[in-house]
Amino acid sequence: MGSAMENQEERETEGVGSPESEPGAVTKRIRARFGDASVGTGNAVGCESVIAERDALLPFMTFLRDDPELSFDYLVDVTAVDRLRLDEEIRFAVVYQLYSYKHNRRFSVSVPVPEADSRIGSVVSVWPGANWLEREVYDMYGIVFEGHPDLRRILMPDDFGSYPLRKDYPLHGKGERDNFVF
Amino acid sequence: MPTEHMILNFGPQHPATHGTLHMVLELDGEKVAGATPHLGYLHTGFEKLGEYRSYNQFVTLTDRMNYLSPLCNNIGYTHAVEKLMDIEITPRCRNVRVALAELSRLADHLLCIGTAALDIGAFTAFLYGFRAREVLYDLFEAVCGTRLTTSYTRVGGLLRDVPENFAEMARESVEETLRATSEIDRLLTHNRIWRDRTEGVGVLSAEDAVAWGATGPVLRASGVDWDIRKNEPYLGYEAYDFDIPIGRNGDVYDRYLVRMEEIRQSAKIVRQAVADLPSGPVNADEEHAVLPEKSEVYESMESLIYHFKMTMEGHGPTPPVGEVYAATEAPNGELGFFIVSDGSREPYRIRVRPPSFVNFSLFPMLIRGHMLSDVVAILGSLNVIAGELDR
Repeated sequence: MGSAMENQEERETEGVGSPESEPGAVTKRIRARFGDASVGTGNAVGCESVIAERDALLPFMTFLRDDPELSFDYLVDVTAVDRLRLDEEIRFAVVYQLYSYKHNRRFSVSVPVPEADSRIGSVVSVWPGANWLEREVYDMYGIVFEGHPDLRRILMPDDFGSYPLRKDYPLHGKGERDNFVF
Repeated sequence: MPTEHMILNFGPQHPATHGTLHMVLELDGEKVAGATPHLGYLHTGFEKLGEYRSYNQFVTLTDRMNYLSPLCNNIGYTHAVEKLMDIEITPRCRNVRVALAELSRLADHLLCIGTAALDIGAFTAFLYGFRAREVLYDLFEAVCGTRLTTSYTRVGGLLRDVPENFAEMARESVEETLRATSEIDRLLTHNRIWRDRTEGVGVLSAEDAVAWGATGPVLRASGVDWDIRKNEPYLGYEAYDFDIPIGRNGDVYDRYLVRMEEIRQSAKIVRQAVADLPSGPVNADEEHAVLPEKSEVYESMESLIYHFKMTMEGHGPTPPVGEVYAATEAPNGELGFFIVSDGSREPYRIRVRPPSFVNFSLFPMLIRGHMLSDVVAILGSLNVIAGELDR
């Protein structure tokens, strides 16, 4: 699992981590399939959450969707957090919100993505609805979703050079207007 | 004869593209072979702005995301913050929020059906819808002071209590809405032209709806029985008696029928919510998170200090470190707020899961193979809100 797990454990010892130290039903099920070290505990309030590894994302997500005891068939949301000003080693985290119609259960998966190598597998093949959501994350954070069928900017102009939701991008711009070529 | 596909720009100034919506259609004769929507003309930047606003200041931004039912956005947002801060709101506040959320749903659906009908050519239905909506907006004005930018909720409560005749006004506007609904019903539901234009158009199967993450009337018209108010009740929705209308075919006509029935069900909820409106305060008794009563601020030093601590720059509610995702059933579907708190006065990251954005991503799939004139029918049935869509 690497540094993300250790980081999480550090935070838990400081008393600001997950309110539940005992893993829930979904986490148990995942650990039974992928091994005990496969996922760390997330810190979402009022919902079970895990911190997952980036490398095996696709089989992991496919398992979450297809396992009859989990069956997270509805991908609610994909977003990212720039943790530049949080005490985290890895800069980005891509966050997936999932929901299971069958079990009426929500679940959240957070995947750390380092800045130097900001790539992550696309889950469009698992949930087609991820298409635009991933494009938005790419547009706003510059995280590349590998295997995405149509990874283009969605909100900003195609030739826009920076990523507005990154924490080092100022609120009041930095003169991009001057860079536009009309 | 060899033919070429023609590229047609639809919007951003087309009257059916409410707001600034631009689509590039690829036409094979009069059939649509492909559609590429272009978003982003609005550049509202709500999520970026949210990182520089205190938790209560962000309420004003949630209005602007959805200008058809801003109250639902206010309620959805404060619901998420309250979940993060573990604040329990008062019974009176709960009922008022339910009543206003459902009244907003009435206004939203009336406008959606009205403009969808207008786009297809039925002008009268649009006028009926707008007349009833005016009564609802009068009610919002009486409650919030404004018609459009309501900003009515606060973390742990409301801006202020509702006026004395709130229950009466709510009942009257519900009556007016139901009258308009039955008029629209008589005009459209069995109308040959309306049915020919909407039946079998933009069919969305239940499997596709689930896989693409569609929510709200779009999902329910495809036959999936799912509504957050029933499946994960919030604000005490479990205590209300109402049904979730379900469509069968997932076409534009079913989406219309589902919205019509939702109006009637929401009317039922409003009547129940105002029938036994509990007395008592509207703000939770949490002095570190909720503004004290104004009358107390003038008389008690403690309240004055808390008022200061809530409103001055650099002060305000401080949720604990953590992240939260909370969803409410907005008129268009699941409206979720994902908030990451670093323990300071401003949210570290605030993300809105907009129903329109996700529903609209279905559009290129729904329109393929249909006629050019069906573009407006399908677009109207998805009810895209540019403020939510363009982000």
